[in-house]
Amino acid sequence: MELSYTVAVLIIPVFMFLFLGIVGVKLSKKTAGILGTVAMGITTVIAYTAALTYFFGTDQGQVIDGVRQQLTVLDLTWLEFTKNLVIKIGVLLDPISAMMLIVISTVSFMVHLYSLGYMDGERGFQRYYAFLSLFTFSMLGLVLATNIFQMYIFWELVGVSSYLLIGFYYTLPAAVSASKKAFIVTRFADLGFLIGILILSFYTDTFDFISLTSDPQAAISTAGGATFLGCSVMTWALTLIFMGGAGKSAMFPLHIWLPDAMEGPTPVSALIHAATMVVAGVYLVARLFPLYAVDATALDIITVVGAFTAFYAAAVACVQSDIKRVLAFSTISQIAFMITSLGVASPELHHGVGYMASMFHLFTHAMFKALLFLCAGAIIHAVHSNEMSAMGGLRKYMPICHIAFLIGCLAIAGIPPFAGFFSKDEILVAAYANSPLWGVWLSVVAGMTAFYMFRLYYKIFWWNNPDYGHHTPHEAPMTMTFPLIFLGLVSIVAGFIPFGEFVTWNHEEYVIHLDWSVAGTSIVIALIGIALATVMYRKENNIPEQLANRFRGLWTAAYHRFYMDELYQFITHKIIFARISKPIAWFDRRIIDGTMDLLANVTNSASFAVRRMQSGSVQTYVWFYLVGAVAVAAITIICLI
Amino acid sequence: MLGGLALCKNIKQVRTVATVGASALMVLAIYLVIAFLGERAAGNDAEMLFTQGALTWFEPLNIKLALGVDGISVVMIVLSAFIVFAGVFASWKMDPLPKEFFMWFCLLSTGVFGFFISIDMFTMFMFYEVALIPMYLLIGVWGSGNKMYSAMKLTLMLMGGSAFLMLGILGIYYHSAPEGGQLTMNILEIAQNNAVPHSWQYFLFPMTFVGFGVLGAMFPFHTWSPDGHASAPTAVSMLHAGVLMKLGGYGCFRIAIFLMPFAANELAWIFLTLTGISVVYGAFSACVQTDLKYINAYSSVSHCGMVLFAILMLNTTAMTGAVLQMLSHGLMTALFFALIGMIYGRTHTRDIRKMGGLMQIMPFLGVGYVIAGLASLGLPGLSGFVAEMTIFVGSFQHADMFHRVFTIVACCSIVITAVYILRVVGKLLFGAVQDEHHKTLTDAEWHERLSTVTLILAVAAIGCFPNFFSSIITEAAEPIMELFA
Repeated sequence: MELSYTVAVLIIPVFMFLFLGIVGVKLSKKTAGILGTVAMGITTVIAYTAALTYFFGTDQGQVIDGVRQQLTVLDLTWLEFTKNLVIKIGVLLDPISAMMLIVISTVSFMVHLYSLGYMDGERGFQRYYAFLSLFTFSMLGLVLATNIFQMYIFWELVGVSSYLLIGFYYTLPAAVSASKKAFIVTRFADLGFLIGILILSFYTDTFDFISLTSDPQAAISTAGGATFLGCSVMTWALTLIFMGGAGKSAMFPLHIWLPDAMEGPTPVSALIHAATMVVAGVYLVARLFPLYAVDATALDIITVVGAFTAFYAAAVACVQSDIKRVLAFSTISQIAFMITSLGVASPELHHGVGYMASMFHLFTHAMFKALLFLCAGAIIHAVHSNEMSAMGGLRKYMPICHIAFLIGCLAIAGIPPFAGFFSKDEILVAAYANSPLWGVWLSVVAGMTAFYMFRLYYKIFWWNNPDYGHHTPHEAPMTMTFPLIFLGLVSIVAGFIPFGEFVTWNHEEYVIHLDWSVAGTSIVIALIGIALATVMYRKENNIPEQLANRFRGLWTAAYHRFYMDELYQFITHKIIFARISKPIAWFDRRIIDGTMDLLANVTNSASFAVRRMQSGSVQTYVWFYLVGAVAVAAITIICLI
Repeated sequence: MLGGLALCKNIKQVRTVATVGASALMVLAIYLVIAFLGERAAGNDAEMLFTQGALTWFEPLNIKLALGVDGISVVMIVLSAFIVFAGVFASWKMDPLPKEFFMWFCLLSTGVFGFFISIDMFTMFMFYEVALIPMYLLIGVWGSGNKMYSAMKLTLMLMGGSAFLMLGILGIYYHSAPEGGQLTMNILEIAQNNAVPHSWQYFLFPMTFVGFGVLGAMFPFHTWSPDGHASAPTAVSMLHAGVLMKLGGYGCFRIAIFLMPFAANELAWIFLTLTGISVVYGAFSACVQTDLKYINAYSSVSHCGMVLFAILMLNTTAMTGAVLQMLSHGLMTALFFALIGMIYGRTHTRDIRKMGGLMQIMPFLGVGYVIAGLASLGLPGLSGFVAEMTIFVGSFQHADMFHRVFTIVACCSIVITAVYILRVVGKLLFGAVQDEHHKTLTDAEWHERLSTVTLILAVAAIGCFPNFFSSIITEAAEPIMELFA
């Protein structure tokens, strides 16, 4: 196959991981960093070439009758379970995987570059680059997967890279517990994913994406209407698979790990917890979308989960004080937009515009959210704190960062011509097409988004002017500002990409036309949000405090994220540990082991009891002998009589 | 060749000899794989290869020293060879009485190897006992903590198991041939005759399954395992958890399932319930332990429960998964125990509450521990994932709803495993250093590194190229599982 060189995007990072992981300690920090970055650069070039060839190549067979074909450029058998259930490791190129190639390689390369400056002087610099390579490898493997099990494999690998990177500062207890939490929560979700795969493969007898999605109706009907607890087994399978996606994409109620994951280095948050890994759930649903499209119940579940999460996360984001946590909740909310968009997408409505919108938003969001995180990193780097209270008036000290951050905020708020406007608009179109309820719902959330983003912006760059003392904040080094400039530019222009030409649910071309009734409202709402934020936060004043006091209960609840963490803490510690594990361990020691010891003790005492018989004294033996003889004689006589 | 394999280990000099012996063993084991694959490639598709069945031991009962290997025993032999090799290096500085230690250690491995290559029930049983007895001395003399109690408990419980087993084997022997035929101990002949009456199978199957199940740490006969492991010296823990516990799983399918397919099919659900409980119960128990060895012992209960669980699913894929799980669990538990031994040798405590931040002090051991942990919680690319997934997919193919629901229950263990592994890793390796005295400790020495790296490579080899192993196993499991088709 012509595109088979794509596999290099997997080989280079995995090689870099092993290389840096094994001999990295012997290299100087600089060499390790530059090697990692250069390797990533090469990977990026290959990924771009492959994706652009895929989209614009004139090769026969890439586009047939206006339908882009899915190309399996490589498929090696990795493990055979049965004749049909085979795990293959391969490379599947289709519109969404090609798009993801671009997203991942761009952001990953920018983060590699940025980290040269940001992580400078950190202990374990080589290890950091090794893990970044591992992550890039796993993430690319995930999106290029040809079958659902390959996806699961890489899914676990991204999980572990995320674990390693969140816990990068492993001497800090907060980082360690955050990494543990992230892994266990997503592991729990993956359990659902795994069971979903088991059910799906049991009925359809295949893992392969193309065979699963080419004739979804047939795939669904292989279950023959089998039901479990009142729901069709396929609905179960799809919902459980979505559970895996919801875990990775931090959907309510599995979102609790993402805010804590901010304990990791900031570039990692930008790469993994904003742009790439957290959208894996969206990607998963998109990958299996043809199946979901024929199962209305599963789709409804997705919509409800997505819509609720979008609102919940936006509400929490409005009151957080740690800038990375605001961004984390904003990420959750934005991903929920994409999920909802898939949920409301239906092939009959506007040619499945929701699907296209979701992917479009994924693309633009990856760019501007990575930008926002990298800016946040530069700010944290400058003021050595995550807290808003330590910031203010920074626009004078960090002009480039200020502009870049502003671009990011405008993009996420949905102001034209920035990227977020176009993609969010398509999502709203899809939502209104499905039902006005979701349309209005998402519009409100979009307004909240504009508000909390500009609250963040003003609090960092305007508000008051704290005394920074002799430690004046300053602009970051070039390795760090270049990615900001680049991503800033992308965030401005990405919205003009005619996305519908490339990515649609049935791979046919679709022309985006702005629906001004929707777009107009959304701009107005965004402007209201921004205006509100301007009034409240542009200059230091006490409006926010008064408001917080007036709605004290609500404010506290939101600040504590509606006590979701406490709830989990209660379930895991008070119920699972104290009510299940401890009793089991006790039961094991006392009852099961006790029985065994009891048996041994009984045997022991029994032997003690009979020990006296073997006294070694002849008199006793004669005595026993006589008694025995008399007894035998007596029995014989009785029997004879 | 296989006779030589068993002989070349009874050697009495210390380190050098042990090293030479163990390396020779490993080379021979690898040679065996190559020879085995060569034979298969040459079109020899007999069920057992390299059979040497002629040596008669005891004419009246028709007991012969019959040897032979199929794909499953081949991989088990390779596993044992690796662990013996790593074990020798892990107990490099054994003190006191190194000579005696290695002698018993060799005897133990003789038993293990003998067990895997026997195809005669009696020889198998004999080797089983040969492997068992040295354990008592090894733990009783070289162990730590409450060692006499543990040694006694372990030996007596396993002996109790072998009493059941003996009954079972004799029962099978007396029904091994149709009326009037020559009774035999040879497993292949018995399977061919398939003459054990169904009514007897109902009685003999539980006997043999429980007999081996005790060794495989099946709930509720697992309690010897935590105490035994906790007291045993490093190399013994490694060999014990790594190989000896596999004897249980291997025996279960080689004798209980293979010879009594009817009862296996009928009674599987009882044992499936017990092993299903083992899987989840062991994992939950491991969550609250504070002694490193106890954590691993309970984790072994969970993982070995998975082996027996998969065997009872009675289909080829699950069976392959069971053998892969034996391999994988053997290697990674050996790795765990080796590392725990090394850490204990330095800090003189195994209580995770008293340690912390070891990653800064001994990065090599720390990384090794993390890798072992990741293998245990089923990270793709390491062996645990391959084994567990094969088991889950295989088990889920079962036509019966009961089995599928139980598979889902067993799946839950992947989450619980993650909980206890990450808990230990977090407490032990990360965070701040708990004890000031630990700061002066050193990282691994060369022989410890060698031992660790060998095991890690083996774990990664299975994890990265699973099809090589699984095809050898599948091909051996197929004829056995045809009995249930």
